[in-house]
Amino acid sequence: MGLLSAPFTYAILLLAVPLLAIVLFSFWTQDFMDVNTTFTMDNYREIAEKPIYFSLLQRSLYVSICVTIVTVVLAFPVAYFVSFKVHPSRKSLWLFLITIPFWTSYLIRVFLWKVILGYNGVINSGLINLGIIEEPLTFILYNVNAVIITLAHAFAPFAILPIFVALEKIDRSLLEASQDLGESKLMTFLRVTLPLSMPGLVAAVLIVFIPTIGDYVTPELMGGAGGKLIANMIQVQFLQLNNAPLGAAIAIVAMLSVTAISLLFVFLNRRWLRGRS
Amino acid sequence: MKLRIYALAYLLFLYAPIILLPLFAFNDATIIAFPLAGFTTEWFSELTQNKALHEAVKNSLFIALMTAIFSTLLGICAARAGAMANFPGKRGIIGFVMLPLVLPEIIVAVSLLVILRQVLGVNLSNWTIIAAHVLICTPFCIAILNGAFQNLDPSMEEAALDLGESRWSAFRLVTLPLVMPGIISSMLIAFTISLDEFIIAFFLTGTNPTMPVYIWGLLRFPASLPVVMALGTLLVALSIILLTLAEILRRRGIKRAGGTDKGGFL
Amino acid sequence: MSALITLTGVEKYYGDYHALRDINLTIDEGEFFSLLGPSGCGKTTLLRTIAGFEGVSGGTVMISGKDMADVPPNLRPTNMVFQSYAIFPHLSVAENVAFGLRKRQMSKADKAEAVKEALAMVGLDGYGARAAHALSGGQRQRVALARALILKPKVLLLDEPLSALDKKMREHMQVELIRLQRAVGITFILVTHDQEEALVMSDRIAVMFEGEIGQLADPETLYRRPNSRRVAEFIGKMNFINGTASATDDGAKLLVPGLGKCTVPAEQCPQGVRTGDVAIGIRPETLAILFEGDTAPRHAADAVVDEVVYYGDMTYYDVRVDDVAAPLTIAMKNLIGRPVLEVGDKARIAWDDRALVVF
Repeated sequence: MGLLSAPFTYAILLLAVPLLAIVLFSFWTQDFMDVNTTFTMDNYREIAEKPIYFSLLQRSLYVSICVTIVTVVLAFPVAYFVSFKVHPSRKSLWLFLITIPFWTSYLIRVFLWKVILGYNGVINSGLINLGIIEEPLTFILYNVNAVIITLAHAFAPFAILPIFVALEKIDRSLLEASQDLGESKLMTFLRVTLPLSMPGLVAAVLIVFIPTIGDYVTPELMGGAGGKLIANMIQVQFLQLNNAPLGAAIAIVAMLSVTAISLLFVFLNRRWLRGRS
Repeated sequence: MKLRIYALAYLLFLYAPIILLPLFAFNDATIIAFPLAGFTTEWFSELTQNKALHEAVKNSLFIALMTAIFSTLLGICAARAGAMANFPGKRGIIGFVMLPLVLPEIIVAVSLLVILRQVLGVNLSNWTIIAAHVLICTPFCIAILNGAFQNLDPSMEEAALDLGESRWSAFRLVTLPLVMPGIISSMLIAFTISLDEFIIAFFLTGTNPTMPVYIWGLLRFPASLPVVMALGTLLVALSIILLTLAEILRRRGIKRAGGTDKGGFL
Repeated sequence: MSALITLTGVEKYYGDYHALRDINLTIDEGEFFSLLGPSGCGKTTLLRTIAGFEGVSGGTVMISGKDMADVPPNLRPTNMVFQSYAIFPHLSVAENVAFGLRKRQMSKADKAEAVKEALAMVGLDGYGARAAHALSGGQRQRVALARALILKPKVLLLDEPLSALDKKMREHMQVELIRLQRAVGITFILVTHDQEEALVMSDRIAVMFEGEIGQLADPETLYRRPNSRRVAEFIGKMNFINGTASATDDGAKLLVPGLGKCTVPAEQCPQGVRTGDVAIGIRPETLAILFEGDTAPRHAADAVVDEVVYYGDMTYYDVRVDDVAAPLTIAMKNLIGRPVLEVGDKARIAWDDRALVVF
């Protein structure tokens, strides 16, 4: 315990205590410049009654789920390729190449997606020059689609790495055993590789799904008027409307929704795995 | 083969924005769009004259350095404890320390804002950002340092004790040199994360903005976009250099400790 | 020889787990002593309490008449060869060997000379400049030995030092270790789970089970007169036959079903002479199949060959004898002109009352 107490104390003071504080705050109200500390459900009542919050939350969850599906589905073959097809001495290089974009200036990366997807952007001018389209496509910027594409790009390495780690742990002789017992390559993948990589897939889903709900940069830059998400609302409540209690309540509702969906996913996944065996 | 083509296409998707960056940084036009107009280094020279930007960069460098030091220190404690004997609740405690890895950053940001501003009444400054960045960087440091510490044969330090060294000198002469590459690698990663972090910094920044917060401001003015491109190019180059260094050191550390590389930072 | 290490009533608990139970033993100066037992029997724990890496929960550890209770490992006159060898990978071979000399008052030249001597002693002349991670398993072990012996400890502790080596190398290093121990003349304490290794190398062996010492004796006594069935079963191979005994003044009369009657002196009854049901132990090599021209045995019986296992130098037969429940294993040397029997062959077997152990 001795050594762990330093990081543990730090996390208690700067994570657990602040989290408790916003839970407390969400039951208080903003009274012009001061915070009224009488316990009340007013903030939650307002969130329940005004449709704007519900539709923002709904859109946020929709975006997070889409981003998760797109990211994980696109990432799995890459993780599979690096784990199974790349020579062991080159695996580190591939992982390194995959992680590099993740660490480079987030804001500018998001902004550049605007350049790629924009009216005069790379895709539109490319497609027009090739003669495939005559008018620039408009459904790829300033809407939910643009947000999904950009977030899927930002979280790609987060999805690849856990899947890769799970695939690496699979004993290769299990795959040979399956084929030896008469299964085709495809069935071996479905009956052996996929179930064994499930812990990595679950980790990938959670590690993408949960943080995406908290991103306000991408919807702000890419979402246009119709693409704002719940995180933008939290940010506005805290930094512009100076209504921290309401912002705290929104944050908690968002967090609870994400947690509930995550737990449901983990539960269904377990049941599915158990149902098979 | 099909899989390889897909993987390469995926890499292209990952690198698409980064490839565009230098194109526009050297492009002689104030609009960020195709077709390209011509070559110029004007945007880079403009960078050198922007006093506000220099201040922001200075702030960010200071924050990143402090974050790197403190989060690595916490990471060393956790990784060393993790490599040592189990005790009840250890997994839970480590899991809790790793929690910021999956927590939405905005939750970390608002909860810290509430506790610092409204409860403690602290004025926001570089130190409030450092406190938050240490929290989110520590899990990454632990992940990297775990690799260094867990590859270490526990009888290595015992052997040093057995040969007459004290506990501290055994750590200094044997463990420290073996995990040093991991420590530097961890500092470089924490430095890179902190330097680039925007979501939390935007909430906790004081009167002096950090570099990402300053860039965020610039993004709203079309006229300043080419300068942002130039700045971004430099940042990407810097990140790649730091990360390459971190990766080389991480691998050397694992090799030195006699382990085999299992890949990746995470 | 005088006692160097004295353990008195040593106990060790890990939480509820009782790892060492009332260990009492003395180890002499210059002795090659082995701690032998199956994994989890506490032998490594005992070694580590002598080295100082584990404290004791009760009892005392004395080295050279001094209580070691408050003496940390770095101040004890013991050095250890670790199971993994724990060669510092960031240092060269010479730096590894010189590691423990750091605090000694010696000139640089003297240190270099000592390292050279230590490397020569373990047969690694000229390896000093090599990188540690480029060494083979056998070489790492020699570096570990040199690194410990250069400090001239009173006791060298060896924790399963040969288990990581292949069979050929292991046999070679057994001989090397014996030679080395004679050359330096200090006490060696070896932990091993390999009974053959312990028998080959040791002056005395403590056989441990579940945290206790089952028997402490020299190799021959241990093999010929095991004091319990579990020691007999752990060391070598032994047949057991259920028989009956009746006590006499100086031994026991035995009725061995299928084989016959005999009398044995009290020293062949390690658990005391008694009347009633007993288990009678016979080692396979003390039984024999009689071939034409063999000298008349002390006792003989009829048997049928049940199983034949050919080892090259030896053949192991399992034979069935009427009234004996399990087949008896017999080890026969494959001498010139001696045929190898086949399954189903009838055989006459010889046995000797002097080789029986009664439990």
